[in-house]
Amino acid sequence: MTAPRTTEPARVELGRRPDPALGTGPDRGWSRRHVLDLDDFTLDEIELVLDTADAMKEVLARDVPRAPALRGTTIVTLFYEASTRTRASFELAGKVLGADVINLTASGSSIEKGESLIDTARTLRAIGAQVLVMRHPLSGAPYLAAAHCDARVINAGDGWHAHPTQGLLDLYTLRRRLGGLAGKRVVIVGDIAHSRVARSGIWGLTKMGAEVVVCGPPTLLPAGLGAPHAADALPPVTVETDLDKAVCGADAVMALRLQQERMAGGLLPSLREYSRLYQVNEDRMRRAKPGAPVLHPGPMNEGIEISAAVAHGSRSLVEEQVQNGVAVRMALLYLMRGGK
Amino acid sequence: MTALLVRGGRVIDPANGLDLPEADVLIADGVIQATGAGLPAGGARVLDAAGLIVAPGFVDLHTHLREPGYEYKETVETGTQAAARGGFTTVCAMPNTDPPADSRSVVDYVLRRAAEAGAVRVLPIGCVTKGRAGKLLAELGGLAEAGCAGFSDDGSPVGDAAIMRRALEYASAFGLPVIDHPEDPQLAGGVMHEGWVSTRLGLRGIPAASEENAIARDVALARQTGGHVHVAHISTAGGVELIRRAKAEGLRVTAEVTPHHLTLTHERVMRGPGHEGGAPLAYDTNAKMYPPLRAPEDVAACVDGLRDGTIDAIATDHAPHAVQEKLCEFDDAAFGIVGLETALPLALQTGLPLARVLEALTIGPVRALGLDRRLPGLGTLSAGAPGDVTVFDPAREWRVEAEALASKGKNTPFLGQTLRGQVIATVSGGEAVFELEKAGA
Repeated sequence: MTAPRTTEPARVELGRRPDPALGTGPDRGWSRRHVLDLDDFTLDEIELVLDTADAMKEVLARDVPRAPALRGTTIVTLFYEASTRTRASFELAGKVLGADVINLTASGSSIEKGESLIDTARTLRAIGAQVLVMRHPLSGAPYLAAAHCDARVINAGDGWHAHPTQGLLDLYTLRRRLGGLAGKRVVIVGDIAHSRVARSGIWGLTKMGAEVVVCGPPTLLPAGLGAPHAADALPPVTVETDLDKAVCGADAVMALRLQQERMAGGLLPSLREYSRLYQVNEDRMRRAKPGAPVLHPGPMNEGIEISAAVAHGSRSLVEEQVQNGVAVRMALLYLMRGGK
Repeated sequence: MTALLVRGGRVIDPANGLDLPEADVLIADGVIQATGAGLPAGGARVLDAAGLIVAPGFVDLHTHLREPGYEYKETVETGTQAAARGGFTTVCAMPNTDPPADSRSVVDYVLRRAAEAGAVRVLPIGCVTKGRAGKLLAELGGLAEAGCAGFSDDGSPVGDAAIMRRALEYASAFGLPVIDHPEDPQLAGGVMHEGWVSTRLGLRGIPAASEENAIARDVALARQTGGHVHVAHISTAGGVELIRRAKAEGLRVTAEVTPHHLTLTHERVMRGPGHEGGAPLAYDTNAKMYPPLRAPEDVAACVDGLRDGTIDAIATDHAPHAVQEKLCEFDDAAFGIVGLETALPLALQTGLPLARVLEALTIGPVRALGLDRRLPGLGTLSAGAPGDVTVFDPAREWRVEAEALASKGKNTPFLGQTLRGQVIATVSGGEAVFELEKAGA
């Protein structure tokens, strides 16, 4: 059991929901300029996002899902890496809120001509982008953009480091299903070492008071996890290399995508052995709490890290994660509105 | 040539066990004439060193001057000016230039540039292998004749143990060491130390075992061949222990450590000065170098190794880069930082006795590579030694400002920081090549 690592509490009025349709709702003390990771979020900030996402779900359920709170705002999605759900849900989130959304990918832009990240970010700011939603294959890249251009930056995934909006939508999805996360045992299974989803998940889940268990072969567990070290390290988690033990009594299990290139470099002997030892399947899930849900950030390798039966069965929250992703990203964009 | 009298300082000459509270050093005809209290000035120009420390000129075993090929990063002229500013009067120029210094002609060129434009003495290091490719031995004999002080493929290890073995055997014919950049390429491949910081930042780690494995190999080859291995920029506790045991065994193994590996840890990548508290993660490319900044226990082991003589020398690994090579994503940034102008205050930060710090900056490096065989008295204030003297104020504080650095490279994690200990004057070959007062403090 790990204690939530909150820093100083934000001055907020809990329990009041902003009304996005009016576009003027109180923001309970939101002062965050960028969203780079969940490591520096307070518990109150996380709950504010999740509460706001509830309101956004209502907007999305309307006959005409539009709440133009961000009319006149320009959002640029800048993707240096392929993405389906994250990019599409950011675009939709912006459009539902009435923002102008421009989508850029590395191929077909000046990035192909060797333009530096800083120059690209400054150029986009100069043409009027107020919010930069950025996906990059190298860890820390959004921090560089945030430090060198005055647009607001939302990290849509950087290298192995962080994926804060995925973290928030997972928290949102779990909170809806489990009622709350305090004291809940959440198991993250798979390639922890190379996973930005796992890192942001560890930050968010522990702040919400959940016990996090990470499970995978030792070659896919990064150095210094779970060991006592500096206060600045990732929060403490339980490390377990045996999945049968890890899922015992679990309230929820999150399977991670296995990149097929992990076989090179001696990290794994074979997909066959990986799926035998670490696949989240119905057999294993029987050891978890009854009805314990299964999450996956997608895209899934069905039959490898997750069985098709679990992926599409009653435990699966995968589709709900995707749906909630739009509401959570709407909430973030809404809370960050007004930034110049 | 004018004579110079450095008057009234505390004269510390570790090689001769000297520590005179108030003494003079007389230099004429490019060499040290005398050291002692109350020397007559005669017609000599007087440098007032009252309240300051006077030591033999510092010797850097590991400097990247970048010329030829990378003049946009540094030149022999600017690099040796940076050396003078940092109190260094001799620098060993690493051969990873373009073309690399794997032939006489390139070494001759570097020496000619040093003679034309160098503020201080330049001792070239030649490549171990042709093109630094690690496959075929360079003409080590010709490089030795050209004036090389040792051989290294620095920037890369000599990855092939059989080539390293032959290099050690062959180099011993000229009495010169092979300087290894200790890295196991199969284990390395990362961008920072592998530990909890790399895990938090999601950056690929370089395990300590990469360096330890390479040093263990080098020690075994020194034992096998009787050759002299000099281990460059040691950074790990395990590496220090391997050197300690090799020396106890009597093997010809020497080692150097950089000022930054004595003072900074891997946490510096994540949080710089001013990054305390809630500031975003730094991903500071000025904290990216090979070897990477390591864990606190490694730093402590390096300081201990320097204290007990396991490590022979402080060497800067001065690695200048252009702004755009560091102002980019962490993975894409160049490895290395400039070091000549901040070496002294960082060395003083270790808290080691002053005499030991100065030994590691003067006679320590000279003996490690045997530089005094060609330059008798180098690194000392003995009569007849080269007229190289460094005058510094160990208590004076100064702020590291990019514009004030003589190096073209401004890539240092100490930018904006106030350091304690500043070089006041540097005398090289009897000439005052740097005076703080004239340069503007």
